[in-house]
Amino acid sequence: MIGFQTLLYKEVLRFWKVATQTLMAPIVTAMLYLLIFGHVLEAHVQVFPGVSYTGFLVPGLVMMSVLQNAFANSSSSLIQSKITGNLVFVLLPPLSHWELFGAYVLASMVRGIAVGAGVFLITVWFAKLSFVAPLWIVLFALLGAAILGTMGLIAGIWAEKFDQLAAFQNFLIVPATFLAGVFYSVHSLPPFWQAVSHANPFFYMIDGFRYGFFGHSDVPPVFSFGIVSVFFIVLAAIAVRLLKSGYKLRH
Amino acid sequence: MPAIQISTVSKRYGSLQALGGVSLAIDEGEFFGLLGPNGAGKTTLISIIAGLSRADSGTVSIHGHDVVTGYRKARSLLGVVPQELVFDPFFTVRETLRMQSGYFGLKNNDGWIDEVMHHLDLTSKADSNMRSLSGGMKRRVLVAQALVHKPPVIMLDEPTAGVDVELRQTLWQFIARLNREGHTVVLTTHYLEEAQALCNRVAMLKAGQVVALDSTASLIKRISGSQLVLRLASGTLPDNLRHLVTQPGDVVAGQLTTLRVNDYAEVEPILASLRQAGAVIEDLQLHQADLEDVFIQIMGGEK
Repeated sequence: MIGFQTLLYKEVLRFWKVATQTLMAPIVTAMLYLLIFGHVLEAHVQVFPGVSYTGFLVPGLVMMSVLQNAFANSSSSLIQSKITGNLVFVLLPPLSHWELFGAYVLASMVRGIAVGAGVFLITVWFAKLSFVAPLWIVLFALLGAAILGTMGLIAGIWAEKFDQLAAFQNFLIVPATFLAGVFYSVHSLPPFWQAVSHANPFFYMIDGFRYGFFGHSDVPPVFSFGIVSVFFIVLAAIAVRLLKSGYKLRH
Repeated sequence: MPAIQISTVSKRYGSLQALGGVSLAIDEGEFFGLLGPNGAGKTTLISIIAGLSRADSGTVSIHGHDVVTGYRKARSLLGVVPQELVFDPFFTVRETLRMQSGYFGLKNNDGWIDEVMHHLDLTSKADSNMRSLSGGMKRRVLVAQALVHKPPVIMLDEPTAGVDVELRQTLWQFIARLNREGHTVVLTTHYLEEAQALCNRVAMLKAGQVVALDSTASLIKRISGSQLVLRLASGTLPDNLRHLVTQPGDVVAGQLTTLRVNDYAEVEPILASLRQAGAVIEDLQLHQADLEDVFIQIMGGEK
């Protein structure tokens, strides 16, 4: 347990020491999205009855920040350690694959939730929000962070260069979060794109999270929770298996 | 039970056979040298022992614990100083050592951390960030990291490459002390005089095979005797000494001549023969064979 705790502590300390880049920057970015899109669209768009566009946007931006930063944490930590070679400090000790998995994913969740909380605390002043089902809010935030932390771990194990990781991030993670209904309700899309959106697991994370605020969602939250849980279990199984086999880590 | 038991370990990287069925047993308390030219497979072997690489076939165990199936126990018994100068730029020296202790399941290890830092002359750098340290200091931290959990088996992969004399001395004093206290030490180095001075037993690797394995003393004895190098001011070498000459061709005055001698006792009769033949010696040196001669002779088949 001490090994796991130490690795978790190290992973948290790592991003905390560069908090300007890992916490402040994404909070400012999310705030800019809110100011710009809120200003442009506030008067024209009403997604849910009785909910302003800015109000609709806040939970989406919070969740997007949680997801993207959870991914960034584990993936960038691993690729940096691999490229600079200091991953040996973690590979030489008697840490099990479960300890490695737990520490990297939990640290990612801490970073994702910390950024999400920061975005929330700043943006909440711009909109009137309700909190219909706070338990769903917490549950989807935690699960979403865990999923992206796990995806970051898998990407970090797989990537051999920063370039490959950037491709993973820019061509998979960012589009998947943007197209998951952060800025719009997928109900406003043509039927074909609605169907495509429903194949995107990120959609269920954001939809379920938003339900916790407004009590409105595109699909029932229990259904989203089921999909998101299964997605997490599958990804976690893959990540633990990769760590156990030593794939691309122990040559 | 040997400290490290290596049984027919093979490893292939693409078309390169890095290790071809290496078997070795290193006993507890040994100071063992693993020598060989670049690319002989030393680092690959160390990586497999440390669990950083997986062997294609064969097994390795540390104090009887298999490095794959019993990796937790095996790794907790092992301290490894990697060849590459790696460090985590986010942390100070003390943070680095505390974390490394934690990875090995140790809490409140500051007493031993302070002692290791003291022996490696790191105390004044305890709170410096790793980034700000010189190469030699970073190397010391790597050694300290390998020792945080007082491992009974210590492996150092070229720890003195590019390191100044002072650190070499400090390092070897400390490692030799740990060896006297019972730690098994495995060392790879390109400095053969270092291996000769420290290691009681040596394995030489060449193209992934063990080509020599013996105590350092008998390796030196077995391969070549001593050499008497002399230069004659006048006269020639008498016929009864010609069979001792190591290089072919005539021996003439003014030229360096090397004679093979197995024993100090053979030197006196040689000098007597020279005197009788009327040859005058201008210069004379007795060159004792060392590990480097052995190494060159064994690796000689190489292109």
